Amino acid sequence: MRYEAPETLKAAAKILAGAKGTSRVLAGGTDLLVQMRSGLIEPDLVVDIKKIPELRKVTLEKGGFRVGAAVSGAELEEHSKFGKVWPGVLEAFELIGSTQIQGRCTMAGNLCNASPAADSVPAMIAAGAVARVVGPKGRRDVPVEKIPSGPGKTTLKKGEFVASIFFPKRPPKSSDAYLRFIPRTEMDIAVVGVGVNLTVNRGGTITDARVSLGAVAPTALVVPAAAKALIGSKLEEEALEKAAAAASAACKPINDKRGTIEYRTKVAGVMLRRAAQIAYDRARGKK
Amino acid sequence: MAKHHVSVTLNGDEVEYLCDTQQTLLDVLRDELGLTGSKEGCASGDCGACSVMVDDRLVCSCLVMGAELDGAKVDTIEGMADGDHLHPLQKKFLEEAALQCGICTPGFLIAAKALLEKNAKPTETEVRYWLAGNLCRCTGYDKIIHAVMDVAKEMRK
Repeated sequence: MRYEAPETLKAAAKILAGAKGTSRVLAGGTDLLVQMRSGLIEPDLVVDIKKIPELRKVTLEKGGFRVGAAVSGAELEEHSKFGKVWPGVLEAFELIGSTQIQGRCTMAGNLCNASPAADSVPAMIAAGAVARVVGPKGRRDVPVEKIPSGPGKTTLKKGEFVASIFFPKRPPKSSDAYLRFIPRTEMDIAVVGVGVNLTVNRGGTITDARVSLGAVAPTALVVPAAAKALIGSKLEEEALEKAAAAASAACKPINDKRGTIEYRTKVAGVMLRRAAQIAYDRARGKK
Repeated sequence: MAKHHVSVTLNGDEVEYLCDTQQTLLDVLRDELGLTGSKEGCASGDCGACSVMVDDRLVCSCLVMGAELDGAKVDTIEGMADGDHLHPLQKKFLEEAALQCGICTPGFLIAAKALLEKNAKPTETEVRYWLAGNLCRCTGYDKIIHAVMDVAKEMRK
């Protein structure tokens, strides 16, 4: 196994594009090292992107945030502004693993590891985040929901990797929330995860919304029907009920030790109601 | 394949080592440098027994490659006491019997020290969440949590 630590994006793309056999990008390594250790993968090449300075930074861009692919959870938590603008994204990212894992894990890694239950992914999808993909042919911007294509699989082509994730500028009175259900209070994998991002007007009517569900299908889902049920409402019971039904209807989960199909389907609706309420209160400045 | 030549600042000393790509920081510490205070529990980032600081960040050394650390600052349990003078956390763990078999203890101490450096006045809930990535199968956690809370209180005096 070869280890490379290029210092520029171009060099990283070149090394990855020219590699034979199995290559993996190393950011935090909290999934990669576990997979290598368990023998799930045996890469011929590991490209460490942490020595590329721009990937270690959170930068302001067009009123939004660009989060480098090597920014850890602990680093993003310490950012003075990000969590105030995107509390739902930050709370989702912070749910990943322990303090030790937070010291290393990255959102780009969570996205590209392509676990259906990845916590930060529904929150990023709800946020309308855009991944910047760098590869041998230059760069392209891709909505985050288009990156995972199934458990452990992505749409990235040979030599490509995610260099950063962009969170666009938000209209006033917007906020987001992420909730996940796990059988214990910490250190577990989502049975269901729900990200809700919404904007309200002065009167408290929801004018825009995005909803995403995790752990209930092979990839995290965008659920436009649930968003549609929220838009135009003040989160009255009727709207919540419709949105919850839409969330449950979108689920295509599996049975496993953490939950049955019926259970996950029901809980998705319940979690959506709660996450929508949190996002709504935040958007109205009610915390 | 040639080994990687890596220079780090380890517990304040300049240290160089050679390692294979496959070796984790934990492998390097234990097998190459003879620092066996950091323990291997799960080797998958769940138990925290291998907790160390890398560039002042709490991490699981089993999830860090040895090869990636050139120029890094690494602090382990071996650097916690000042000669014969135990760190207040170490003293308190002994006084309050916040350990039984001891396998998890170095990880708990490193993690607790990182917490107190960041937050001098943690609530019990904050301590419990911060240490959720450190597993202990003997104590039931209460003594550990109380020891950390007591040290925090004393260090504020």
